[in-house]
Amino acid sequence: MAALARQTTDAMGSHEAALLAEWRANLEASGAARGLSPEELARQTAEFLGLVITCAVNGDASNISGADWDSARQFLEKLSRTRATQGFESHHTANFIFSLKRPLFALLQRTYATDPATLADQMWATTELLDQLGMHTTRTFQKSREEVIKRQQEELLELSTPVVKLWDGVLALPMIGTLDSQRTQVVMESLLQRIVDTGSEIAIIDITGVPTVDTLVAQHLLKTVTAIRLMGADCIISGVRPQIAQTIVHLGLDLQGIVTKANLADALALALRRSGLTVVKAS
Amino acid sequence: MIVRDSGTQPVRIEQDVVLARHTVRRLAVECGLRLIDQTKIVTAASELARNTVVYGGGGDMDWEILEDGARHGLRLVFRDEGPGIADMKLAMTDGWTSGNGLGLGLTGAKRLVGDFDIDSRPGVGTRITIARWT
Repeated sequence: MAALARQTTDAMGSHEAALLAEWRANLEASGAARGLSPEELARQTAEFLGLVITCAVNGDASNISGADWDSARQFLEKLSRTRATQGFESHHTANFIFSLKRPLFALLQRTYATDPATLADQMWATTELLDQLGMHTTRTFQKSREEVIKRQQEELLELSTPVVKLWDGVLALPMIGTLDSQRTQVVMESLLQRIVDTGSEIAIIDITGVPTVDTLVAQHLLKTVTAIRLMGADCIISGVRPQIAQTIVHLGLDLQGIVTKANLADALALALRRSGLTVVKAS
Repeated sequence: MIVRDSGTQPVRIEQDVVLARHTVRRLAVECGLRLIDQTKIVTAASELARNTVVYGGGGDMDWEILEDGARHGLRLVFRDEGPGIADMKLAMTDGWTSGNGLGLGLTGAKRLVGDFDIDSRPGVGTRITIARWT
């Protein structure tokens, strides 16, 4: 495996300013610098090139997973993480490294103009090094993106279960989307807690936003209704559309004993009536 | 009868049940099924896909869009290589379950669609075919 020669790192060190200027020009031309201020770009490129030179002088350039390359790797990890959260594209993040190739190769050509064998050897060593660094950037970028997705999924879990107060003693829970068991668990907990907190007597579960009611959904609903009753409150299920009603009948689900309504307005009207309230038009 | 379009999608984990429902809903709309028939076949598919995951240990769903004269239909096949069903009569009884569900999935699915065919051999696997026509 080819290693970076001392002469190469020396050349990189003495031509650092020129390398940086060319690298930045390449970055800007490829669009990889979009969204970054010139000062920030200058700082990032200078810091990274400095790290690469230091690491290459002290360590083995053919293997960046060693301890000698810790500082360069950590810099790249931080960089890709911030870029992932800022919404950069993965190829732009990888380009941060790959744009350094052209200026570096030009420098090598000038340095080894009279020695083609060493030039080829050093070119290969540099390519390998930059490829490894680029790969590391992409990997970290991917990982950070996955973390973002995971966090969003968790947020969605929380978001999708708002328990709203419709009236004194009347709570409503508009269910949306798929009622898989994990979410139903969260829903049930937050609803039961709100019943305790507000001392509500009636809870309305609205399933208008649930596209499919199958036996599992029905089982979850039945369990929730039972738990609500055990707490001394009543439950109304609203949003039973005609097609859902027919499906429930064909499935053979027994929802007898559970008060159901076609829409939330009807359910609220019933809840008010049960609470001894009447709504009259102000004449 | 002509097969206009067909495909297969995996039904391995719980999330695949959601994806299967989405596919079936899209295909049912494409077929021109009415809203009520769409809901019925989507619900039946949901039951069978979950059975494939929970009891069959995962499998696949094949779908076909059919044309028979002026009629259009959607046919789905759920197949797994799980333990199979030992007692078919018992399995097709309302309220009986070998797990902890309501015991209405299989029988309910049968009632929801027009064509229902089940082929299961213990130790080999289960294959359920359903279809709904316009």
